[in-house]
Amino acid sequence: MNDYNFAYLDEQTKRMIRRAILKGVAIPGYQVPFASREMPMPYGWGTGGVQVSAACLTPEDTLKVIDQGADDTTNAVSIRKFFETTAGVATTEHTRGATVIQTRHRIPEEPLTEDQILVYQVPIPEPLRFLEPRETETRKMHALEDYGLMHVKLYEDIARHGAIATSYAYPVKVEDRYVMDPSPIPKFDNPKLESAAIQLFGAGREQRIYAIPPHTRVVSLDFEDHPFEPTKADAACDLCGAEHTYLDEVIIDDAGGRMFVCSDTDYCAQRQAAGHHGRLSPEDAA
Amino acid sequence: MYVAVKGGERAIENAHTWLAEERRGDPTVADLSIAQIREQLSLGVNRVMAEGSLYDPDLAALAIKQARGDMIEAIFLIRAYRTTLPRIGHAEPVDTGAMACDRRISATFKDVPGGQVLGPTFDYTHRLLDFALAAEGLPAEAEGAQPVEPEMPRVTDFLNRDGLIQTEAPGDETPPDMTRAPMEYPAGRPLRLQALTRGDEGFVLSMAYSTQRGYAKNHPFVGELRVGTVPVEMEIPELGFSVEIGEVTLTECETVNQFSGSKTEPAQFTRGYGLVFGHSERKAISMALVDRALRWEELGEDDVGAPAQDEEFVLSHADNIQATGFLEHIKLPHYVDFQSELELVRKIRAAAQETELKAAAE
Repeated sequence: MNDYNFAYLDEQTKRMIRRAILKGVAIPGYQVPFASREMPMPYGWGTGGVQVSAACLTPEDTLKVIDQGADDTTNAVSIRKFFETTAGVATTEHTRGATVIQTRHRIPEEPLTEDQILVYQVPIPEPLRFLEPRETETRKMHALEDYGLMHVKLYEDIARHGAIATSYAYPVKVEDRYVMDPSPIPKFDNPKLESAAIQLFGAGREQRIYAIPPHTRVVSLDFEDHPFEPTKADAACDLCGAEHTYLDEVIIDDAGGRMFVCSDTDYCAQRQAAGHHGRLSPEDAA
Repeated sequence: MYVAVKGGERAIENAHTWLAEERRGDPTVADLSIAQIREQLSLGVNRVMAEGSLYDPDLAALAIKQARGDMIEAIFLIRAYRTTLPRIGHAEPVDTGAMACDRRISATFKDVPGGQVLGPTFDYTHRLLDFALAAEGLPAEAEGAQPVEPEMPRVTDFLNRDGLIQTEAPGDETPPDMTRAPMEYPAGRPLRLQALTRGDEGFVLSMAYSTQRGYAKNHPFVGELRVGTVPVEMEIPELGFSVEIGEVTLTECETVNQFSGSKTEPAQFTRGYGLVFGHSERKAISMALVDRALRWEELGEDDVGAPAQDEEFVLSHADNIQATGFLEHIKLPHYVDFQSELELVRKIRAAAQETELKAAAE
């Protein structure tokens, strides 16, 4: 497919996106409006992430794409294939071997390094959106650092349910200034938002880019008497035995039988290859 | 035993092959040609051009064929293609006053200079299935199927001459382009009109309909509706003057609305404006009604809290490509988020149960 420019977008568009990324890096957590383009995949399917990745990729890069932590979920396959055809870059399933990782809903278990860029696909970039539907209002609230509404929401959760009833897309405060939506990652992943890698967030439909530069302070919102708690299923991976990873619950029979497996498929495979095994590991693999 | 869900890539490829087969349908039935779609499904082609924001009947027909007749999917194909096109320059604003009209009607006057020209309209057809169409054959040739008058005066200009209708100030500034700059609110009228003309026909229709039913009623009359072709001119820098580079079919609607007056202005009629690619009357009229409803602030009317008065609401939900993408993305796997919700619900339920047990014990 040589009819398209490297990584699909034309150079002017990439420059426009890079400017937005640079502004985002300069103002951590601030949502930078950008002239999002129509991509050949639907809005809501990662167009923001794809545009950010397209603007970051160089021919020497190695790209990894995950969705729900897995490299082989259909949309991850589709996006990886898109860049294989339009950019011709090398791709990998190994977190460690990738220079650019595009993700939806997860942060890899393996700590990232200074040489890596993590690109998030973001559906609704505005953490205040479900409290205030108007963009004109929420922009004002960010400008005035007026986050009272968010604290009231979290407080009401505790009053009603005894706990903060947000389990993913859990709001964070970046470098003591902007309240930011980390995209719909499980709150288990929130501590990993303080990372050595550059983290870029792209929301195509909503035309916003934001960023967390390396080693930036990212604090999950909470109260002193109800501290933030990253949670996961109370089990170990049935394939690699890991007790410290985020787990998917898989129903395995009609009788309600279930098993737990690492959501990060690459991490789980590496552990299994290193000889770790879990409750349901096949005998021959041990 | 858990089997890792592998093979996404092969599944996708197989799905695509199956889709291509389904698209073709029964291979013993003749294949549709692009020309057939362009010529015989032209109103569908018009809609794809209007909402795809690209005037190219052949590409729109191809998109309809590829999309199996799913209009939004066809519009999506055109939009995705449009993004890849370089901007060579800008055309001069088209002069719809100089339109070669196939159709031109006014509902506000019995007759107008230039005449009422019905043109090719469904308006007075009886909606009876024409079984003769199922057989083949050519229809009778229409009389006067040529543009009637080379130029027709605008109906609203007659009103304007007497100062009975609010004047639209001409402007030279280049209008903003929502496909090149991020949307910001308040958007202003030029951007609103661009968003509406690209907007989903069904959405704009329903918004317009809501104003007629009393949610920000503005008593519209179709001052004029015209359909026809206009030349597109572009200034070529090397030449230093404009040359005609083609022509487009447009539908334009100007509504004459409820008069208003203030301390400084005498009572006068107001306007709503709709302009759409191709022959798209429903869309042009709808657009004019919604445009008028969105002008409440400029015309000193009250915000009655109607959806059609709410610029941010209308503009951010009018685009069917954005809407359908986000709506359908919930088909994508969400099991990581769902898992975290499961844990939270289990935890909250366990805590509630504990409190209940404790209360029962006491």
